[in-house]
Amino acid sequence: MTENLLNELTFFVLAVFVGFEVISKVPTILHTPLMSGTNAIHGVILVGALLIAAGADTPVNIVLGLVAVTLATTNVVGGFVVTDRMLEMFKGRRPGGAAPAGRAQGAQNQK
Amino acid sequence: MNVAITIAYLLAAVLFILGLKQLSSPKGARNGNFIAALGMLVALGATLPLLHFTQAGLVIVGIGVVIGTIVGTVGARLVRMTAIPQMVALFNGVGGGAAALVAVAELLKLGAHPAFAESFPSLFSIVIGSVSFAGSAVAFAKLQELMTGTPITYPAQQVVNGVIAAAIVAFTIAASVIASVPLTFLPLLVLALVLGVAFVLPIGGADMPVVISLLNACTGLAVAATGFTLNNFALIVAGTLVGASGSLLTKLMSDAMGRSLGNILFGAFGQVRTAATAAGGGPARSVRSASAEDLGTLLAYSQRVIIVPGYGLAVAQAQHAARELADVLEKRGVEVEYAIHPVAGRMPGHMNVLLAEANVPYEQLKEMDQVNDDFKNADVALIVGANDVVNPAARSTPGSPIYGMPILNADQAKNIIFMKRSMRPGFAGIDNELMFGPKTVMFFGDAKDSLTKLVSAVKAA
Repeated sequence: MTENLLNELTFFVLAVFVGFEVISKVPTILHTPLMSGTNAIHGVILVGALLIAAGADTPVNIVLGLVAVTLATTNVVGGFVVTDRMLEMFKGRRPGGAAPAGRAQGAQNQK
Repeated sequence: MNVAITIAYLLAAVLFILGLKQLSSPKGARNGNFIAALGMLVALGATLPLLHFTQAGLVIVGIGVVIGTIVGTVGARLVRMTAIPQMVALFNGVGGGAAALVAVAELLKLGAHPAFAESFPSLFSIVIGSVSFAGSAVAFAKLQELMTGTPITYPAQQVVNGVIAAAIVAFTIAASVIASVPLTFLPLLVLALVLGVAFVLPIGGADMPVVISLLNACTGLAVAATGFTLNNFALIVAGTLVGASGSLLTKLMSDAMGRSLGNILFGAFGQVRTAATAAGGGPARSVRSASAEDLGTLLAYSQRVIIVPGYGLAVAQAQHAARELADVLEKRGVEVEYAIHPVAGRMPGHMNVLLAEANVPYEQLKEMDQVNDDFKNADVALIVGANDVVNPAARSTPGSPIYGMPILNADQAKNIIFMKRSMRPGFAGIDNELMFGPKTVMFFGDAKDSLTKLVSAVKAA
């Protein structure tokens, strides 16, 4: 048990650093989609909801399990779909290559 | 735990990390979302062998998954682009609620005298999950305008919130160290729900994105805590990733608004606001306003027009009308650009999404730093439903609540057309000197109607 807990603490601490590092350079226009995307990822609580719901045998557990699975599924499905909808808006509007290059070109064309 | 399951969870964690990485770069963002969703499928698939269904369990899992999928898909598909922020709040809230409920179920299983290391993560998850649930519900209500978006304040608010928070800490310690009755979690649950509501009430509607981002990070931590209870690697890693990246994102967002997180959360805004309103209570000052025909002529004979879109444009669904105006102007040889403030709309990046929806060419969208020097060469700055982001007080008035916030230099344009529904102040609750400036003309009305009128006026000019 104690060793297990230590392992889990290790995962936890490492994941904190990865979480900070992985999004450290995000442009402002992606703040909203990124928030929505991380929102979908914490829908992984569905795993926990399934674990408690599957074995439910008392009325209390049945109610808890049903509500938890419903809420968690809404979180996962809604989260990914709404993020995709936001990002869909950006597709194909960038004239190939990196965004800044495209912009500079656009500015020149206008002159 | 089975080796294959552990490997699958590891794979899911890697996919989540890669997905987040991609989501934070413009090129790969959409792929990133797919990768993260794939990670979710892997995590769920790996969980299946761990489930030992009772008959009732099978039924409720089936019902829950079907209802959740329908609600999630329909909600996310049908929501209007302008309502996206509150939709994210809602999805975040249900996640927090789910985390709290899973923790409750686990706590009940632990029996009368659980070990601290087992009960503490559950209690933590119950508290944080409930705060996130209740806070997100209030954020939703504020953004959906089911309740006022202005800060709700009462005397000694900080003290009351502080007492609730202290009571929660005390209960958590009591429940995890000395509790002999599992039901001690009930008062904790109620207190946490109250704190969630009380914590978000004094925060204004304009600051909701930052609050939602913070609550999003909280839900992540609640999920991670539940992972400790269930000894589940996937929950710990994914929840912690969201908790950490969500916290950083919250800080980046408040930086983009030029404010500190503490300033946003702890009602400093509300206090300054009352002072500012009191000071501005003098006689009403006059502003210039003009007819659509006059403004149409002004626009039609300009060389360069910069459109400054704000929340008013979003709420009136006027992005298509704005594009139409830009099109007729361009046909006459006028150069048109859009100046996008980092927090235009209701969330950072929100305005880009709305304008992209109206097929505005990407090259015309200019970020603040790119466009700010162009205003002095612009004949017209057309401000559509924006306010605080063009308020010169941010540069000139040290006492103002928005002092120091980066703004668009719309005041440097040769003419300023300020389109607004009324003289009502923006979210910051302060007057905008720009409206009273000698170069400024007000054009009152719903953003969509007004833009449509300008389109016909330009065509006629």
